Amino acid sequence: MAKIAYRDAVRDAMSEEMTRDSRVFLIGEEVAQYNGAYKCSKGLLDKFGPDRIIDSPISESGFAGLCIGAAMYGLRPIAEFMTFSFSFVAFDQIVNNAAQIRYMSGGQLKVPLVFRGNSGGGHQIGATHSHAPENIYATFPGLKVVVPAFAADAKGLLKSAIRDDNPILVIENEALYGRESEVPDGEYLTPIGKANILQEGTDLTIVTHGRSCWTVLEANQELHKMGIHAEIIDLRSIKPLDWPTVFASVRKTHRLVCVDETKPFCGVSSQVAAEVSRACFDHLDAPVLRVTSVEAPMPFSSALEDECIPNVARIIEAVKEVVA
Amino acid sequence: MKKKPLPTGAGVLASTQPLPEYGTVPDLSRDQRLEWYRMMYLTRKFEERSYQSYQTGLIGGFCHLYNGQEAVAAGTFAAITDADPVITAYRDHAHGLMRGIRPGPAFAELYGRATGIVKGKGGSMHYFNVEKQMYGGHGIVGGQTALGLGLAFATKYLGEKKVCFCYMGDGAVNQGTFHESLNLAQLMKIPVIYVIENNMYSMGTSVDRHSAPVELYKRALGYDMLGVRAEGMDFDHVRQVSWTLAERARSENLPAILELMTYRYRGHSMSDPQYYRSKEEVEEYRKHDPVEILRSRILSEATVNEKDLEALEEKVRKEVQEAHDWALASPFPAQSEIYTDIYA
Repeated sequence: MAKIAYRDAVRDAMSEEMTRDSRVFLIGEEVAQYNGAYKCSKGLLDKFGPDRIIDSPISESGFAGLCIGAAMYGLRPIAEFMTFSFSFVAFDQIVNNAAQIRYMSGGQLKVPLVFRGNSGGGHQIGATHSHAPENIYATFPGLKVVVPAFAADAKGLLKSAIRDDNPILVIENEALYGRESEVPDGEYLTPIGKANILQEGTDLTIVTHGRSCWTVLEANQELHKMGIHAEIIDLRSIKPLDWPTVFASVRKTHRLVCVDETKPFCGVSSQVAAEVSRACFDHLDAPVLRVTSVEAPMPFSSALEDECIPNVARIIEAVKEVVA
Repeated sequence: MKKKPLPTGAGVLASTQPLPEYGTVPDLSRDQRLEWYRMMYLTRKFEERSYQSYQTGLIGGFCHLYNGQEAVAAGTFAAITDADPVITAYRDHAHGLMRGIRPGPAFAELYGRATGIVKGKGGSMHYFNVEKQMYGGHGIVGGQTALGLGLAFATKYLGEKKVCFCYMGDGAVNQGTFHESLNLAQLMKIPVIYVIENNMYSMGTSVDRHSAPVELYKRALGYDMLGVRAEGMDFDHVRQVSWTLAERARSENLPAILELMTYRYRGHSMSDPQYYRSKEEVEEYRKHDPVEILRSRILSEATVNEKDLEALEEKVRKEVQEAHDWALASPFPAQSEIYTDIYA
């Protein structure tokens, strides 16, 4: 086990899979000569050359569609969105083409491709650059959505995604690129659709994913001092979602707080709360609470922005209410 | 009378750069020419039958007919091979039939049956036949232009020396994705030919009301790309210019816009009352019918006589009727089909 940065785990995943399969290529804005806006493709141009590490002009719809067409023909593209906030420029391609073509072609085609890139708020880059869109894309049958929180999964989920025969969005997070965590030695894959129990506990379940995993773990130190033993689940995969792991935990702890960076209205936590209230109704000893981003565009000022995404104080407040 | 070779610039009306010289498209054999005529005639009869079926309520949703435009699909397809990928928008019946979809599964798809070419999951707008490199059938105007780019990119990536023909209506030239695709195609040297099927109307909006430059091939100028406008009602003319651009794409990885001037006899979709044009205009265009033009030429070449041609046509009409009957007798999809083919 070595500790590496999340961005290096992303690069290692791409590098290993490109070495393994000549059909895999990477295209995106600044991925080649610039080494990636967030340095996730550092060194890959030198290693694989310009035919496979391709700088695109700023044309999200164009290069997303190019990747879908190439995947229909049998290649296995990786498209990097500098941030998923820009993926909305390519929304038609992702939603009307990538997601639907297998179905509309009656199963004649598959679309094995990965859309990956940065997401999330917290960096004072304003409302247009701070979206956490995993809930939006997860509503479309045909797409899969994964959100790695740690370096091990940044690598393992991306490798699985590249080998998967479906269009998959791998949604990373700017706040995590520089964070180091342990990565297994040698070849491994993180299965898509399998949650990870970060900590076992008895008093309540906290279901979270992405950057919020780190915030929950930070809050957990306070909870521990308060004598509260939380079971913490990192969903890792939003679509498909590992319902058995979530339900089993709630049936054990009888309490649930959902924490994630999507918006409160129709967000990932809304979906978890709805499914748990149906499947675990007789087991719940308290209402399910949600800690999410707030119902407002992302403000610029850090004094405001810090309150807009889940933070330690809001998590602890929700936990206290649920275990009271 | 032996067929004279066409001059390489036959049917070309204008271009942004001088047309490259790749010579004359290789001759088709008598049987090949007859087969392309048969495909055009089949498409015409298939769609006339579809028109009736729509009127009697057998087809739900949209149904965009290609009547009048048959020489565009036939002439371009006859310039390339079935190994070259093609992709189009929702006016896709001709492209499907001419790339191997049998009339039975084609009708069955229109009628929403389990035996449809895409199992009743796509309908009129989403014909696919990947076995013959026909990649749809796409519903969003201009959305397929980026997919065509990707198909062509993949052939180049794999070193196959192929060309992708990507079809679109004249209305699609105003979509942003098309312009992103043009820039990427020229910048990255991708062997894709964008065929603008200019039938003069973007739904009910005529070209002069929807495009600042009415000469649509000139959209290529902004991208240092070759743009060609050519006559689109004559199979042989379409085939010659398509072959030139295809050869150029294969040997130099260069994309192009090919604007083919054509006309659709029917409304945009079946529910279109056509207030935007006169009956006289439609009748005028019907005098230059692409199916008739090829039919007359084949007869003038004296390789086949009127009687044989009529026998061929009779056979096609019978095939269409039988395919229609077969499709109508086919079962609807099982409810369980809702949840299949979503993920691979």
